[in-house]
Parts: sequence; C-alpha cells; structure tokens
Amino acid sequence: MKRPPKHAPARIASTSDLRLFQRMMATAVTRPMTAGDGLQSRWIDGRAMASVASEFVKPNDRLSSFERLELYNQMYWFRLFNAIQDDCPGLRAALGERAFMRLARAYLARCPSRSFTLRDLCSRLAGFIRENPRFTAPRTALAVEIARFEWAQTVAFDEGSRPVLDAEGLAGTPPARLRLGLQPYLTLLDLRHPIDTFVISVKRREVMRSEASNTPDSSAAARRAARRPALPRPSRTFVAVHRHNNRLFYKRLNPAAFRILEALRGGGTLSRAIAAAGPGVRPAQVRAWFTTWMALGWFCARGNKGRAAA
Amino acid sequence: MPANRFNGHSDYGIGIGLRVPHYSHILSKKPVVDWFEIISENFMVEGGRPLELLDRILEQYRVVQHGVSMYFGSADKPDRAHLRRLKNLVKRTKTPWLSDHLCWGSVDGTYTHDLLPMPYTFAAARRTAEKIRQTRDFLEVPICVENVSSYAEFHASEMTEWEFLSEVVELADCGILLDVNNIYVSSKNHGFDPNDYINNVPHHRVGQMHVAGHTKFEKYILDTHDHPVLDPVWKLYARATELCGVSATLLEWDDKIPSFDEVHNEALKANEFIAGAKKAVV
Repeated sequence: MKRPPKHAPARIASTSDLRLFQRMMATAVTRPMTAGDGLQSRWIDGRAMASVASEFVKPNDRLSSFERLELYNQMYWFRLFNAIQDDCPGLRAALGERAFMRLARAYLARCPSRSFTLRDLCSRLAGFIRENPRFTAPRTALAVEIARFEWAQTVAFDEGSRPVLDAEGLAGTPPARLRLGLQPYLTLLDLRHPIDTFVISVKRREVMRSEASNTPDSSAAARRAARRPALPRPSRTFVAVHRHNNRLFYKRLNPAAFRILEALRGGGTLSRAIAAAGPGVRPAQVRAWFTTWMALGWFCARGNKGRAAA
Repeated sequence: MPANRFNGHSDYGIGIGLRVPHYSHILSKKPVVDWFEIISENFMVEGGRPLELLDRILEQYRVVQHGVSMYFGSADKPDRAHLRRLKNLVKRTKTPWLSDHLCWGSVDGTYTHDLLPMPYTFAAARRTAEKIRQTRDFLEVPICVENVSSYAEFHASEMTEWEFLSEVVELADCGILLDVNNIYVSSKNHGFDPNDYINNVPHHRVGQMHVAGHTKFEKYILDTHDHPVLDPVWKLYARATELCGVSATLLEWDDKIPSFDEVHNEALKANEFIAGAKKAVV
C-alpha cells in the first residue's frame, strides 16, 4: 500500500480523493496493535493518533474518533490471527503460543494480504521465517519446514488439477523425449525433520482436546491432550503432500523416487529423470513407483509448474 | 416484490447459509430447504473438495452467491482475474442473482478482509455505481448490493447512509440486499431511527433480505452472526416486508453455529412475520 496523505481529504469529490481517504483509513486499520491490543497512540509521523483520527472519523456520544477507529484496527488483527492460527497448528505447537503470536504479528505487518482470499495468507510465511530468523530462533530450520508443509496442505486441498495422463497417453513417445507434468496440487518436500508425523500428532492432540472438553470426567484426558507434542528429531524425510479422491494425504518417498519426481517437475525427460535416481536403483523398483504414481493420478501434460512451496 | 429483475425474477422463499458444520447433515439427510446462500470466495478455487461439495449441493438445491470481496466502493479498478474466477463460479452455480456489499476493503492491492464503511459522498457513489455496472456487465447476472453494519462515520460524508445506498443503486440500476440486522446495528451505533432507513430506500429495488443475530456491548453493538435474531430485528423485517413485499430471505449464522435444524428453524420464523406483513397490507 502506498504511503497515506498527511491529512485525510476534508472533501471527497473525486476518485483520487476517495483513494487518498482509503489509504489513510487502511493504514490506520492495518497498523500493528500495541502490546495491550489497542490502536497505537502515535500516527506514522509522530502526531497524536487521537488528533489524526478526529480529522476524519466522527465521534459519537459513547465513543471517541480514536475508539471507533480502534474497533476496526482490532477486528482486522483478530481476524488475521484467527486465520493464521487455523492454517498453522503445527507451527503454533512447535513454537509455543507466545513465540507463534510474535511471529504472526511480525509476518502480517510485513506481508499484509495481497489476495482477495484469506486462503493465501500463509503463502509467504516460510520465506519470511527464513529471512527473519530472530522470531523463531533457535528453531528456525524446523519452523521453515513446518510452514512449507502446512502451506503444501493448503495447495493440496484446493489447487487445480489437470487431466491425468494414462499409460496409453504415454505410449507413443520415447523416454528420451517424453516430459511429464506433475499435478499442480502435489508438493514435493525434502525435509530435515519428519514434519508429516509431527503434524499428524498435533492434529491428533487437537482431536483429543476437543473430545476431552466434551467429557465430564476429563482430567486425565485433558492432561494428555494439553501436553505439547514432542518436537521432531532431525531425520531426512522426503514426502509428497497431495490429495486423492479429494482427501489430503502425505506420502513418504524413497530418496531416489524423490529425485525422479523432482527431475520431472524440473522439466527433465523421462530418461534423465530415471537417471537422476542414481546407481543401484533396480528397474523393477522404478516400474513399481511409476505404477503407484500413475494410480494416484500424479502425472499430467506439462505446461504447469504448480505453485512452488515457499 | 417477490420476483423482480434484481433477483432474476425468482421467488426463492427462505434460505440459510451453507456452512461447513452442516455439510454432512445436508448431504446425508437431504433436508428440505428453499435455497442455500454460498460465500462465493469459498468456492473460487481451482479444484479439490470445495468444488466437489458444491457440485453435490447443486444437484439437490438452489444456490445463490453472496460475495465478501468485490469491494465495489474501493477506488481501485475491478480486478479482471478476480472477475473471471467469479464468472466461472456464476456459470457453475447458475445463481439467479449475485450479491456483495456496499463497502470498500482494499486499496493499492492490499486487502483488509473487512467490510469497511464508505464516506457517503456523491463522488464515492458515482465511482461505486460505475464498478457495480462494470461487474454486472461482465458477469451477466443481476447484482444486489448489501448495506453493511458500521462502527464509524466520517466527517467527509455529504448524506445519510440510506441516501447513499439509494444514490448508488439508482446510478447503477441494480438491486438491494436489505440487511435489516445491519440497519439495526448501525442505527444503535450511530443514533438514527432504523425506520427512517427502511422507509426511505427504493423498495422496488429490494431483491433479497438478510436477518441475523448481533451482540450488545456497553458502548456499541457488533454484528456477530452468532445468535438467534433479536425481536427488534424481526420487527424491522416485518416492516421492510410490508414496504417491499415478500423477498427472498436469508438467515446468517456464521459463528458458534448450532445444529442444522436449529439454524433452519430460526430462519423459518420469518414466515410468521411475512404472514403478519401480508395481513397488514390487506
């Protein structure tokens, strides 16, 4: 958003005036809240916010101009906090509530929404964490991987699909010339931690918490549910986040299988992709992988790159 | 005006919003419902479960699209890519009309995801009407604009909210989605008589109505959609129905959502007020 004018226009007599007014209001609404979740007392140029607010917002008999603007400021941030909490339960569990909220405030302040839908809110989160490690230290590497994984889930849930290529469709082209596309909803992740099992444990804990809260004698269940899931220990993990029959799945991949799929996604021919698997991979094994991937509908005509994980 | 050109000459009765906690009940029990209102943005996706679910709903039910991100009042130009996505959905749902809010919420491509109130000026009305016309011409479907609840008013305003709404819909030649709960909430927050609002909008342009619950705080009322409809709102609904005729009516319940039957029964209470309004007219 461009910098707002020094003063909101006193009259709105044109679309340009309207735009200046909207920059002023949007800047006020989206400004980070104070530690006490209120509207900041100073405007971006250091003037008292109460004075700036009174220039364009009318007070009423119960609320000052500042307080009326503050309502919109709070609604903006609480709405975005709810959305990011919903989309990132794994990251929240790994960082703990306080650190997660500090990260969320910083991310949303630096990367406000550029999309009509909150679905895209976390598309830049992994990149932000990587570039701003102070919010997640000493767990930055883990946090980046969880953010990539959770964004991959969003992509798998509702990204588009392309017509599936079947064996017949592939038959006419020699492997040295054949290039296969991968479905846009499929994300391949090379991770240093088993994020898939961590996210599953977080989701199980959420279910337990919900069940515990509905159980009359829930003390033991509640204690179990409230326990923070153990953070994953480092272990190289290759995983595909995808959907099948419109349900979300995580599929562990053999490292050689991952290299083949990465090579295909990168635009390599089938021959080159198979070569990327490296020595020692048996042809029968490669055939079995391809059979599975075709059954899952992962291959399509090229022309899509899918949405890259951040 | 049960059927008019602003709601595609349809006569849709009483509907409720299609919400996630009710999906399984609706698909398994197939309850009789006049129609469902969907939030367009929830289905403006490329694939996956949302569209599968929508298609299953469309096999059984009439669906009307309601949007939250067109931001007719934003100074920015309409986003063509957004309109193309919306048009794809319009073709899928065959919605007889489409509604969105008389508000703004984005500037320079940054989105607040809120329904922010307009400064009620003639220039803002002209810009807003121009965008509604452009949108309608592109989508080729009638449009109704909904009055929002608001918590702030601006010094720059040159007219009342209902005058602004009237100005916009006349200039755009579009319909109104009259949200009587929003009128009530704003009337309490800004200190006007809600009947002045209802009496002074162009009744022949009302293509749909909304009712909903709200929450009272010490110094203001919030439009929370998490309660049954309160009596003063039903009274306004009855008055609006007397003036506008029986319109397609929808109950909004978006938070702390109870069972499907509870929501549907709350919506069907509108029938009592429709009957009363009909008697009053006779």
